[in-house]
Amino acid sequence: MRYFCGIDIGASAAKLVIIDQQRQVVAKAVRRSGVDYTLAAQRCLEEALAASALAATQLAAAVSTGYGRDNVPWATERRTEIACHGRGAFHYFPHRMTVIDIGAQDSKVIHLDEQGRRTGFKMNRKCAAGTGAFLEEIALRLDLRLEQLNELAARSTKHIALNSFCTVFAATEILERIRAGEKVEDIVRAALHSVVKRVVEMDTLHGPLVLTGGVVAHNPVLAQLASEAFGTPALVPPDAQFVGALGAALFAAELDGRPTC
Amino acid sequence: MSTAPERKEFESSKKLRSVMGQYFAQLGQAAQQGQKVAWCTSVGPAELLRALGFLVYFPENHGAMLGATRMATELIPLANARGFSPDICSYLTSDIGSFIKGETPLKKLGLSGPPRPDVLVFNTNQCRDVQDWFQFYSRYFEVPCLGVFTPRAIGSLSESIIDDVARQLEELVEPLEKIAAMRLDPGRLSEVIELSRQCTVLWKAVLETAAQRPSPITFFDGTTQMGPAVVLRGEQAAVEYYQVLLDELRQRIADGVAAVAGERFRLYWEGMPIWGKLRPLAEQFIELKTCVVASTYCNSWVFEALDPADPFRSMARAYTSIFICRSDPEKEDYIAHMAQQFSIDGIIFHDAKTCPNNSNNRYGMPQRLRDRLGKPYLIINGDLNDLRLYSEEQTRTNIQAFVEQLAES
Repeated sequence: MRYFCGIDIGASAAKLVIIDQQRQVVAKAVRRSGVDYTLAAQRCLEEALAASALAATQLAAAVSTGYGRDNVPWATERRTEIACHGRGAFHYFPHRMTVIDIGAQDSKVIHLDEQGRRTGFKMNRKCAAGTGAFLEEIALRLDLRLEQLNELAARSTKHIALNSFCTVFAATEILERIRAGEKVEDIVRAALHSVVKRVVEMDTLHGPLVLTGGVVAHNPVLAQLASEAFGTPALVPPDAQFVGALGAALFAAELDGRPTC
Repeated sequence: MSTAPERKEFESSKKLRSVMGQYFAQLGQAAQQGQKVAWCTSVGPAELLRALGFLVYFPENHGAMLGATRMATELIPLANARGFSPDICSYLTSDIGSFIKGETPLKKLGLSGPPRPDVLVFNTNQCRDVQDWFQFYSRYFEVPCLGVFTPRAIGSLSESIIDDVARQLEELVEPLEKIAAMRLDPGRLSEVIELSRQCTVLWKAVLETAAQRPSPITFFDGTTQMGPAVVLRGEQAAVEYYQVLLDELRQRIADGVAAVAGERFRLYWEGMPIWGKLRPLAEQFIELKTCVVASTYCNSWVFEALDPADPFRSMARAYTSIFICRSDPEKEDYIAHMAQQFSIDGIIFHDAKTCPNNSNNRYGMPQRLRDRLGKPYLIINGDLNDLRLYSEEQTRTNIQAFVEQLAES
């Protein structure tokens, strides 16, 4: 049996997936990307190999993606996270669609046709509005852990709008809301809604909407808010945080593999 | 990680450096030689100024130099502090910042700074910013600032518009004659216009060699090679230089030499260059085996309407028919024509934050052209000079993803 590896070194987390020749996931690993992307990739690989009792020599090919894609010396090939999220999403939903990946530092809108070929894409502009970094800033302001956001937002009963494009100014708006006595859960929901609003304005949808990435994986409320904002159900694949790494592994499986690890 | 690929240098680059060096040397000696200097916008009436004996200096060229040397980002805040918004033309703000600080890449060319102007002449065919830019120096140096006000968003170029601009050009003559202390010799004006026309014919032929597959030249080469077409049109030196460059390009074609080895895809660049990032961008495209073969920008110094037999009306027609002052339908037709001529696979739109006049992605044009041509587009957010407005990693990923998309289709 030959195996294929995809490694997605994002701005916040490094995600790794190993698949077999039947395209089944046999192992995965995730850890903070930290400041040494090469080390993070290596640690993810070791963890996934240990969990699956595979040897590195059994990996026929590896594709790296994400911000740290150039920092994986054992990768056979590099692909952008735009290509990999598209490929990973198409694995679960093989039809024409719009994939929206909300990552730690950027958001991507990816259009795929019936064959899974990309017909267009957009990344957010240079600003962190509409990304996980925005939620990190808001959590910091509210003295919350990131893991608390979803649960709080799910309890919200009142709609509050944050209007600023700018993360820093949005945080200022939040201070105003706190001063006005608004509940934390309503403010958190407003922050998640703000992420969705930034994404809605990036592009139009072509076909069904699929959401991927760590932010939606950790905040299912976001999918509900996106469904409302786009007026169509938001599909979320299993292990949404690993979709980019899975896409990279699928690309690796398409390569004429040679042992590289 | 792979080693960055090298750009293919032109044999004629040595001559280019010499031609441009002589141009700046002459400007540097102007005061000493008692020669009058006119500052002119890059698509201003340079032929008229040359015919009146002025040495012509182009602040926009200086702006591009400040961008290319990456001095601009440090200088722009100085102009901002004097009341010039960070949202307006970063050529303007970097040039004024350079003036305030007394730092300029011209020092490496042996000049202490830009030559003192005797007059400043602008044409608003490009934008209104040039007027405010030149008036700043007019106030400082206490010299006249003259202008041609060209209509914007022109659809079909009517005779009434040509009449208006030609009249404005003619009205420049009398004040310019006073400053030059000489009468305009119509024969000399025709000679200069003829040289400018020859420069245009050759520069256009240079750019059209990129229609070959593989292309012998890239947009990034063009941004350097266009120097004489901007600052020396109307001079014999520009004509001679482009003949040499054209010969070299034709030889490249004959020898099958590609500017981008293994050219897989061909792109069109719409918008300003990102001057401080030309090299890394050029190298990334080489790595991706993708050639940016044509651009609106480099073609903006092609003035085919120039006619020595009809100086003023032909100058008016030439300077009013340029892309930047045309309507969106005209611009779309132009890009569609270029896409066909250069067999392009996709279009890159550079949304330059401080240059709305050269950012044509803001009113749905990329989408309209995609639908019309069936070619995908990519929008890059950046700026001509202000690198604070540019994200290198975002841009690299966008370009790589765009080429991946072309490979998939």
